[in-house]
Formats: sequence, structure tokens, C-alpha cells
Amino acid sequence: MNLEVIIQLGYVVAAGLFIFGLKMLGSPDTARKGNGTSAIGMLVAIVAALLDQGIVQYEYILGGMAVGGIIGAVAARTVAMTSMPEMVALFNGVGGAASGLVGVAALSIADGSFTYITIVLSILIGGVTFTGSLVAYGKLSETIGSGAVTFAGQKFVNGLIVLGILGSAAMFVMDPTNTNMLYAVVGLSLLFGIMVVIPIGGADMPVVISLLNSYSGLAACAAGFAVDNNVLIVAGSLVGASGIILTQIMCKAMNRSLSNVLFSGFASVSTTVTEVEGEIKPISVEDAYYVLEAATNVAIIPGYGMAVAQAQHVVKELMELLEANGCEVNYGIHPVAGRMPGHMNVLLAEADVPYDQLLEMDDINPRMESVDVAIVIGANDVVNPAAREVESSPIYGMPVINVADARTVFVLKRSMASGFAGIENPLFYKDNARMLFGDAKESIGGLVREFS
Amino acid sequence: MDVSYLLFILMLSVFLGFELINKVPATLHTPLMSGANAISGITVVGAIALAGSGNADLAQWLGAGAVALASINVVGGYMVTDRMLGFFKKKEG
Repeated sequence: MNLEVIIQLGYVVAAGLFIFGLKMLGSPDTARKGNGTSAIGMLVAIVAALLDQGIVQYEYILGGMAVGGIIGAVAARTVAMTSMPEMVALFNGVGGAASGLVGVAALSIADGSFTYITIVLSILIGGVTFTGSLVAYGKLSETIGSGAVTFAGQKFVNGLIVLGILGSAAMFVMDPTNTNMLYAVVGLSLLFGIMVVIPIGGADMPVVISLLNSYSGLAACAAGFAVDNNVLIVAGSLVGASGIILTQIMCKAMNRSLSNVLFSGFASVSTTVTEVEGEIKPISVEDAYYVLEAATNVAIIPGYGMAVAQAQHVVKELMELLEANGCEVNYGIHPVAGRMPGHMNVLLAEADVPYDQLLEMDDINPRMESVDVAIVIGANDVVNPAAREVESSPIYGMPVINVADARTVFVLKRSMASGFAGIENPLFYKDNARMLFGDAKESIGGLVREFS
Repeated sequence: MDVSYLLFILMLSVFLGFELINKVPATLHTPLMSGANAISGITVVGAIALAGSGNADLAQWLGAGAVALASINVVGGYMVTDRMLGFFKKKEG
């Protein structure tokens, strides 16, 4: 058996391990093993690639691996779970940049228009992913404003950029010696990545991260075509498909189409004033304690505010005290709670909350009527009854967690400011709603002290 | 390699990807994403050949850069996913 066959077989094994790994990620029991399986697949693929006889010099490869490996390991060990969205955004960008660089480097071995087309594609997708992810990172970490940046003629400018990319890409493919056109593709792709993400506001970030995740896979896929390697194509398209599915789930959870998320700033439509009747009824920590002490069924609905207040550990303490008091405690997790898909689940898992107590929206809603107290922690739009009741509301039609069906609702909130979407929340004015104002961590801490 | 053969692989793996990922529950979406991110570091395989060409030209440097970036993805992605999945526990008893 010659070496080339062994290498190709290695790639087949690697692709198989990726597929098995992703399959095992389908259940929390096997997920960790699945991730390990996928990592072994990557190791096999890398070893196979190193066997290639075209490689005559290992210094560059090992140097690159050492530098990247150390950075990656340090980042993975030190990142706080609350900052996972930023971390994933950054990793997406790095993946896109790597595929773009492979595209550029592959020019040295390229021949035939099809190869040039795929090289341009990998540079284009890689470049957009890179700068788009950097902007997403900036918005998530709030180093730049998290709001939507829109200006007059934005669509026109974007249209010009797309035309410019298409034009320069076509000219480069027709005449690959014209490197100026290649530079134009690189520059315009990088610019386009910025332009695509700046008009998207903070609340839509879960969609953007999912989409960029998908792009980083597609960039690897395009690079696979450029260097004629099918394990890149298989792995890249698996990641591409995964990102697209998550994007769809996020859009569905917000009742918006992908084009609506991408092309219209959310803030621009939320000018309608909703008439709200009733009054705000604040509650003290002490009174809240008496209600909770008598409760037998409590549902906790966390949102991004819980992550900001770092309240997940004290929430878990409260949960234990309630359970010791003979109360059933469940969590209701909205698909777009937090800044990336599944963000709340990871935070609560880190705080040692068992995952079988984390219920999805469709599982918790039918149970809501038998819930004595629903505690809303730092969530707003995902529990907004206006989505069901007020047709003029910008979020009308968005599926929400129906906390108002519970006997009592506690809303933990810093102040009366509206959520990310800037929409009035009629929930706060309902007869059974009580507002527990203040920092979520301190409020819950107060409840914990009352119990013990 | 034959173009149609590569496109064939592309089509099949996209379908397979959709089938696999659709079954992942919402509670695992963040680890799924960072795990997928690690897989997209497969670009390292393409970068290795370019970085090892021995030509000492721009392409080799770009290849080495790509190896470094993709290694961040691979090592960081798998490690952080493992760390996260380590938190997921079932209720005892």
C-alpha cells in the first residue's frame, strides 16, 4: 500500500470520527465523549496530512502549531463562561482568517479556472467571516457600542461593495496574473464583513454568531476545493450545516426571517407606543421570601441579565433551599435568552444545576399554570406578553415563555428601563406580577439569607 | 480530483450535517457551536501542505500563518468544549 492511499484512508477515518462525534453531541450523556471522538478525528487528519511527501520542511508547520496551540489552550482555560459568546465569535473569525490565508497561499499551486474560482471563494468567505466576527466580538464585549449602526444609503453602499467583489473576482479568475484584482477581492471582502455586521443590534447577536459559525465552516469547505482535499470539504460542510440550522432556530425563536435580521436594524421599527394599563407593584425581599416559602412549584426564567449580574451561583443556592423546603424547581430557557444559542444552559450547568431541570420553552409553557411562583431574572423580551397580545408590537408573534400564567410572577430587574429591543413590557403591570428591584445577585442573595 | 466528485461529497455531507445537527437538543447548543468551531479548524490540514513546501516564499509564510490560526481553533475549540461539557450533570439519585 503506498503512502498516498494511507493518507486518504486517514482522511476517511477522520471524517467518520467527526460524524460520530457530532452524533454523540446529540445527548448530554455522550456529548463529552463525542467531543473527544471528534478531537481524535482531528488528530488522525493532522497526522495524515503530515505524512504527505510534498512536505520537505517541518519548521514552519511545527512553529505555527506551537504558537496557535498555546494561544488556543490559554484562551480555552481562562475564559469565563459568561464570556463564551465573545470567545466563540473570536474563534469563528480566526477560523475564517485561516481558510482565507489557505486560499491565498494556494495560489502558488493553482491551475485551472475552477481552482481559481474556489480560491476566490475561500478568500471572500474567509475575509467576511474574519472582520464580521471581529465586529461581533466588539459588540458582544461592548468595546464598541452594541447597538445597530445604520446610515442613509447603507444598502446602496453594500450593493456597490458586492458589485465590486463580483467584478474584481471575475476579472481575477479570467486573468490570474492580475494580482491587483486579487488585492481588491481581499480588501472588499474584509470591508464587506464589517458592513454586514454593524447594522445588527445587540439582541440579534445569537443569530449573527450562528451565521458566522456557519461561514467559518463554508470557508473551510471552499479552501478544501482550492487545495483539492475532501476531508476539508466534509468537515467544512458539516460545520456549515450546523451553523445554518442554529441560525434557523434562532430566527424562528424571534419570529423573524433571516433577511429581516440581517438587513433591518431592530430599533428602527419599535417606535409604536403600547398602551399599558395597571400599575407597577414592587415587592420587598422579605415579602418575596414569605411567598416563596409557601410555594410548592417554582419556575426560574433566566435571561442575559443573570449573566451580567453573575447571579447563576446564588440562583443555584436558592434552588437548593427551595428544594429542601419541599418545592419543585424548574428552569425555563428561551432559545434566544442570552447572547448565543444555549448560553443560559452552560452558565447554569457551570453553577451545578442538573441539565434535566433546564426545560425548553415548549416544555415549560404547558406547565406554567401549575407554577406557584415564576421568577424572571434579567429576562425581558422573552417573557413579554405583548408578543401574544399586542398586534402592533414589533415582537408580535414571537414565541415567549408565558410566565403570566403562573400564580405569581417575580420580576428581578435593575430599574424600569426596557429591554434590548426597547419595547414596553405589559407583564410588569399584570395583577399577579411583583417587581423585585435591584441587582439580581443581591436580591437573590437576600432571599437566600431569609431562608437560612 | 474530479470536480463533480468533490461536489458530490459536498452535497452528501451537507445533508448528513443537517440530519445530525437537527437532533442536538437546545441545552447543548453552545458546546455544539464551539465544537463545530474546532472542526472548522480542519483548515489546518490544507495549511500544512502549503507551510511545508520548503520554498521559503510568501506562500509558505501564509501557510504557516494559517497553521497557527487554525491551531488556535483546533486546540482552543476542543478544550473549551470539553471544559463546558464537564459541567453538564444529571440530577443525582
